[in-house]
Amino acid sequence: MSTIFALATALGKSGVAVIRLSGPQAFTAAKMLLGSLPETRVAGLREVRDLNGSLLDQALVLSFAKGHSFTGEEVVELHLHGGPATIKAVLKTLGDIGGLRLAEPGEFTRRALENGCLDLAQIEGLSDLLEAETEAQRKQALRVFTGALGEKVLVWRQQLIRAAALLEATIDFVDEDVPVDVTPEVYTLLDSVMTTLSQEAAGVKISERIRDGFEVAIVGAPNVGKSSLLNRLAGRDAAITSEIAGTTRDVIEVRMDLNGLPVTFLDTAGLRETDDVIEGIGIERALERAKAADLRVFLYEDAPLALPIKPEKSDIVLRSKGDLYDGDADSVSGKTGAGLTELTEKIGRILESRAIGASTAIRERHRTAILQAVNALETAKALLDNGMIQTELAAEELRTAIRALDSLVGRVDVEHILDEIFASFCLGK
Amino acid sequence: MKHWDFDVIVVGGGHAGADAAHAAARMGARTVLITLSKSGIGVMSCNPAIGGLGKGHLVREIDALDGVMGRVADQAGIQFRLLNRRKGPAVQGPRAQADRKIYQQAMLKEISTQQNLQVIEGEVTDLLMNNGVISGIYLSDRSEIRAPSVILTTGTFLRGIIHIGDASTPGGRMGDKPSVKLAERLDSFDLALGRLKTGTPPRLDGRTINWDVLESQPGDDDPVMFSFLSRKPAARQVSCGITHTNEQTHEIIRENLGKSAMYGGQIDGVGPRYCPSIEDKIVRFADKTSHQIFLEPEGLDDHTIYPNGISTSLPQSVQEEYVRSIIGLEDTKILQPGYAIEYDYVDPRALTASLEVKNVPGLFFAGQINGTTGYEEAAAQGLVAGLNAARNAVGGENILFSRAESYIGVMIDDLITRGVSEPYRMFTSRAEFRLSLRADNADQRLTPKGIEAGCVSGQRKNAFERKQEAINSTLKTLKSLVFTPKQVAAQGVKINQDGKRRDGYALLAFQDVEFETLIAMHPDLADVSRETQQQIKREATYAHYVVRQNKDVAAMKRDEAQQIPADFDYNAVNGLSNELQTKLQTVRPVTLGQAGRIDGMTPAALTLVLAKIKQATNKKRA
Repeated sequence: MSTIFALATALGKSGVAVIRLSGPQAFTAAKMLLGSLPETRVAGLREVRDLNGSLLDQALVLSFAKGHSFTGEEVVELHLHGGPATIKAVLKTLGDIGGLRLAEPGEFTRRALENGCLDLAQIEGLSDLLEAETEAQRKQALRVFTGALGEKVLVWRQQLIRAAALLEATIDFVDEDVPVDVTPEVYTLLDSVMTTLSQEAAGVKISERIRDGFEVAIVGAPNVGKSSLLNRLAGRDAAITSEIAGTTRDVIEVRMDLNGLPVTFLDTAGLRETDDVIEGIGIERALERAKAADLRVFLYEDAPLALPIKPEKSDIVLRSKGDLYDGDADSVSGKTGAGLTELTEKIGRILESRAIGASTAIRERHRTAILQAVNALETAKALLDNGMIQTELAAEELRTAIRALDSLVGRVDVEHILDEIFASFCLGK
Repeated sequence: MKHWDFDVIVVGGGHAGADAAHAAARMGARTVLITLSKSGIGVMSCNPAIGGLGKGHLVREIDALDGVMGRVADQAGIQFRLLNRRKGPAVQGPRAQADRKIYQQAMLKEISTQQNLQVIEGEVTDLLMNNGVISGIYLSDRSEIRAPSVILTTGTFLRGIIHIGDASTPGGRMGDKPSVKLAERLDSFDLALGRLKTGTPPRLDGRTINWDVLESQPGDDDPVMFSFLSRKPAARQVSCGITHTNEQTHEIIRENLGKSAMYGGQIDGVGPRYCPSIEDKIVRFADKTSHQIFLEPEGLDDHTIYPNGISTSLPQSVQEEYVRSIIGLEDTKILQPGYAIEYDYVDPRALTASLEVKNVPGLFFAGQINGTTGYEEAAAQGLVAGLNAARNAVGGENILFSRAESYIGVMIDDLITRGVSEPYRMFTSRAEFRLSLRADNADQRLTPKGIEAGCVSGQRKNAFERKQEAINSTLKTLKSLVFTPKQVAAQGVKINQDGKRRDGYALLAFQDVEFETLIAMHPDLADVSRETQQQIKREATYAHYVVRQNKDVAAMKRDEAQQIPADFDYNAVNGLSNELQTKLQTVRPVTLGQAGRIDGMTPAALTLVLAKIKQATNKKRA
């Protein structure tokens, strides 16, 4: 297996740049540049030289032994001075060593997966973590990266393997000292797993929002001040504003960090009857996006208008152009910014309360697998309602459920079920 | 150039040897079975029973290919029970207590009347080799028998040691000598060997058991046979008795644990978890105050009773003491003490799917030598080795069994892919396609394969074809009959009144629709034979699941179709962990499907292997 290396920090000028090596030759190759390696897991200062002995840089060096690193292989990190020429020179020197090559994108992570240092869900968490821009995204990704989903799957699997073992024991060891009807314990196990699974599945939508951003649509009649509000929120002229009704045609998006939550505000076309074909398309789009958004802010000037879309329970309805009216109602002004803090705080509160429902499962892939498992478990329960007569079918459904959960992190096979049977029952008549 | 004495030599006359020799002979190969003594053919050295869950499935499959175990067990059966009678047909397993003597006689008759099959009494001491290829065997008198295929079915004879308490003697089975020389020969092949142990209970004198105080377990009222060709039991039917150990029994055993070979440290072999000794049961399940014992008669005119559930390696005096503490056995005489036996097995990952040793062409292994336990597992392997040894000798493709088609396929694949860590026994839970691999349809699954291979008699072929014809024509009729939900509900069946018309076969999939329900709506169906009715109902029960599983079967077949070159270099696969590399090197899977079933294999690792294979084939093409 080859030893790979790559720049681990961003390309460009920086104070420090880190080059990482991983693979069976990592230590020997690093020694060729450094002369010697500091003790593993202890930082040491070394001169970095090319293969002809010319000095390239002075670097802080860290090394990790096989089995004790991120990839599971020998790993060396060179903390260099972050100039592009230095980086280029060191990378070139490493490339000249036989058996070493530049890593492909994601290759360090893939080796971590292959060597069992990370499971599939953790990899997904890691990729989110590297992308995380807001606090909520960071926390969520970290939860998955540290293996929270894997831990949960482990618990579900244990419970389902136990349930499967109970059923299999009544099938394969019918002549032995095993209980004849195991349904009460199996029910308890299935119910417990199904409850948490359903919660997880429900939370995936929220988790996806935390990862991809919540959408908040600003809707209202034409010329009510939607674009002014958006610009004020963005702190720049993101949307064109004018006195002319129907200025905004397309949906304009502004992404921001609201109390750690990623939020995309949508400025939409004013809603009215129109003969203008292009404005008509804009309005159609506005309605579509507003309906799909997580939250809507309805703006009105005089009185709430009869719009083709109605506010939902948690939606916000505000009087706009608050600078023109005096505090007789909740209002906001895009022009002066009055009421803006109250509005963003309110939006933040609403979205935060939703974010609490976020699950450890964070992707549609997770949700599909979990729902498949729930489905199979429901069928298994229904089959068991007829007593033990259809045990083999219930057992089949359990297999389906376990396989679905397996796809989240790894796999289970019949040996695990037999282990559980042998540990639980005294067999051998 | 070469002069062969035979096409196939089978060494050993146990259950693996008998079905191996018979299968090779059915294939038309000139076969010789070499055994220490003719009286050893078909001996049941452990409990006097055939079949059970998973095991019964295997016997049906052997029978579907015209093997001998099923029909011999039917002749010898003195108590037939269909296990899981109240559960679905997929998990019902036929089982029978067998009369030892009748079994042996019937087996000997099958073997001695089979065409192309000769029996020689003798001890095989060595293998005859020619350039690394098998060319026959040596007998103890140094005479040679030459053949291109040799099947070893030497059971527990390899470095067997018998333990009773702290006394241990070399031996394969009580009263037989072990084959040390042959074991040394096998050593030269550099095969990985492991050590296993198994045990037997003391044999009791039935005349000294107080049957009056014991619970009795009769056979089924309508006995289910093993063979598709048998109709009813041949021997008189009897009952088994049931008794239990008690606190006093456990106390005696606990006090004497140190004298047990197992707990005294004399045994290193790994024993089966599903068949523990009574010592094991008491230590591992200390809170259980009683264990069940089945008192199984060994024969109709034999007083010997096999007390199933109390195998042991305690000294004889302790055995006597604890046996007499059991209700009904207070005055019981022990005819032969229980003993534990340790023996070598060959890591079956050294074998191909035809049970041929990978690096010794022409040499086949079957039975306990491969780390399995049980007569049925042994016979099924014997059958596979026999068929393929015959093909090896007379030419033709290997006859291989897939997991999607048979328990035989599941077992062989488990053995050669995963190896064993305890004596391997079949369970229905090992078969992922359990719902379609049923005991009831073993003939439908395998007899056509047997006909094609040429190992099935004309009698069986005709019977099978008649049966299939009846099923197919009835199926056709059923699928042409259409019923409204109203009609069905009128028969007292709970059915959705969705107005959807269903054909007769679709209706049978409903749990409370029986064939009688259909007859009530369409009286002509009453002409269909009972057997055909039952078989179609069984099929219909699982039709929905089988369709679902077919997707998995297709996925598996796709992976099975992806061959891995024999010289594939796993070290050259980037990103494969050392652990998996080592495992893959040991097993050397033939297909991607087999690689996927290696313990600890991940989907990502499989993708890497596949990518490397594709890369290599692309290079060749370019």
